[in-house]
Amino acid sequence: MNDAQTLAVVVTAIEQITPLIKHFKMAAADGGALPAFSGGSHIIVVMRGGSRIHRNPYSLLSSPHHLDTYEIGVRRMEESRGGSHFMHDQVRVGTPLEIAHPVNLFPLDKIARKHVLIAGGIGITPFLAQLEDLHDAAVPYELHYSVRSPEHAAFLSRLRAREGERVHMYYDSESQAVDFDGLLSAQPLGTHVYVCGPAGLINRVTAAAREWGWPDSHIHWEQFAAPPVGEAFEVFLARSKLTVHVPPDQSLMESIEGAGVEVPYLCRGGVCGFCQTRVLESGGELLHNDHYLSEAERAKGNCIMPCVSRARGSKLVLDL
Amino acid sequence: MNAVFKPDETYRDDFTFRNSPEAIRRFPLPFPEDEYMYSVNIEPHVPGPKGAVTEFAFDVDEHYVAECRERALVLAAEPLRFQALPHMLSSQWDCLELIMESLARDYPQHFTLARNGNHWHWINRPLELDQRFTFGDVSTLPRPPLDYIGRQAQGDFVVMDQREGDLWAEAGVVTTQADWSLDFDVGMSFNEWHGPVPLAHELGVFDRALKYLLNLRLGQPVRRLNWTMTVHPRLDTSPENYPKWGPDRAAVTPQNAGDLVHLRVELQGLWRLPRSNAIAFGIRCYLISVRDLSTVPKWARRVHRVLKNLHPALVDYKGLTRYRDAVVEWLAPFDDGAPTTPGTAPE
Repeated sequence: MNDAQTLAVVVTAIEQITPLIKHFKMAAADGGALPAFSGGSHIIVVMRGGSRIHRNPYSLLSSPHHLDTYEIGVRRMEESRGGSHFMHDQVRVGTPLEIAHPVNLFPLDKIARKHVLIAGGIGITPFLAQLEDLHDAAVPYELHYSVRSPEHAAFLSRLRAREGERVHMYYDSESQAVDFDGLLSAQPLGTHVYVCGPAGLINRVTAAAREWGWPDSHIHWEQFAAPPVGEAFEVFLARSKLTVHVPPDQSLMESIEGAGVEVPYLCRGGVCGFCQTRVLESGGELLHNDHYLSEAERAKGNCIMPCVSRARGSKLVLDL
Repeated sequence: MNAVFKPDETYRDDFTFRNSPEAIRRFPLPFPEDEYMYSVNIEPHVPGPKGAVTEFAFDVDEHYVAECRERALVLAAEPLRFQALPHMLSSQWDCLELIMESLARDYPQHFTLARNGNHWHWINRPLELDQRFTFGDVSTLPRPPLDYIGRQAQGDFVVMDQREGDLWAEAGVVTTQADWSLDFDVGMSFNEWHGPVPLAHELGVFDRALKYLLNLRLGQPVRRLNWTMTVHPRLDTSPENYPKWGPDRAAVTPQNAGDLVHLRVELQGLWRLPRSNAIAFGIRCYLISVRDLSTVPKWARRVHRVLKNLHPALVDYKGLTRYRDAVVEWLAPFDDGAPTTPGTAPE
């Protein structure tokens, strides 16, 4: 994907719904319908403001049946490199934005006999859209949603009104936690589990599911890694014959794009594998931050996901 | 292509199917070089150039009316040529929208689609159809959505659900296939479905194609060409009907090969579908007699060379074993050994 294929939208409403989360609504700039999508899809929001361009993935939380508006929730990240701060501090009602067409890397399994959805914090967003698809279907489902404290429970009134008893809430502030063993040891055959939220939650759910013998095909998770801040380093792009400096608060992909070289991508969050790039030479250490490469692939040291991963030390040469 | 339809052509019995000179010139030759081997020959399905079979998302040519009638005959005789597993309903509606939107946009003289929320009005002038229906409500269409729209498009459609890092062929309307069966393949994974193809698995073609397709994006369809050969311009070369067409292959001689044998090219298009996250796989079949092909000197030379040196495993897999030599012999006088220009354009 590149910016030539983005859609022009305008922000139509903004609401601060928790101390950390803002809820944005946007409509097509030309007033027409937005592209249809499936629950679990994300968009990339291209933010042109200040000295550099941010491109962050956000799950669509609006109903796939209503295409006049897309809705996203943006959590203000404490260690933001700028994207979430831009959305929180600079975007107003009426601000034009560019977004990429929706992509679904976290779809519901269409032949599941039951769906168990587990959300932590801002991880509720993809489920809000999926629930719209599940609501009218005959397949049973339940949602387990944990947050820090009641004031952090984004979209809870919407969920309660629509889903009622299917929503199970857990508040850290009241020392409530999902009993993963209890939940995952007693589901009917053919149940699929989906988890979205912090890494700790995903690790606990996937570990418990595997412990109880769930096949990997029935365990689904999504977590967009934000490109972490790191030490500055240099990269040489062999095909473009360019040396690019990667500053501490910019990702490898952003720096390469800044030099005018396009890297194909879908998620920019270390999930999809689309931006996998060949490492031709590396004098130092590759710092893999993605969720895509296996341990074996990392051990080979011959590829990297530039959207979230970095390098340390001398002489990184990429096949770009 | 602003073609004049030839509604009385047949693809069976007396085989009155013929290509006009214009249809010959725009034939999608699948050989960019003088030799052929499998590759991941996938490219973006971008519209154009004008007049080409890829000018629009779905090509409507001079055979449209006749081909739709042929499809209806096959479906009437064998209803299982349309199948859709229960979880594929939303993808059926996605396909209907994709095809109706494309045809109405690209051929406004033939098709009109008026949308008012979920209330749709579809007009197909060549087939004299006028249908008002509610998008998403199967009770408002005379047939399931994919069956309904599949009968109004040239070429076959298979819809693949995406899950478990794989693609599953779980719906389709298939009547113009090169010796494979939807009824046999429905429910299969990508590699199971392509199991019988020789050499390509070893070349890693399917693993790479699958990885590519799993990341196929909305609004960015892709295409590729595939090919085989068929005796007579017969669209329905199905395993179910093998007794009807298999014996034809024994009738080919070096004298009649130019008229009996047809190059059969599939323009395959792949679209990500929005609501279902499934992938629509369109397989559009183009037929041309070897004699018509030979009217383009470059094509005659090239096809002669491709067939002469084709890998034996492909000769067998494509079902050419009995008559390949006859076609090569028929084409030999057209090949003076001169080099061919790169690409597939007539000259």
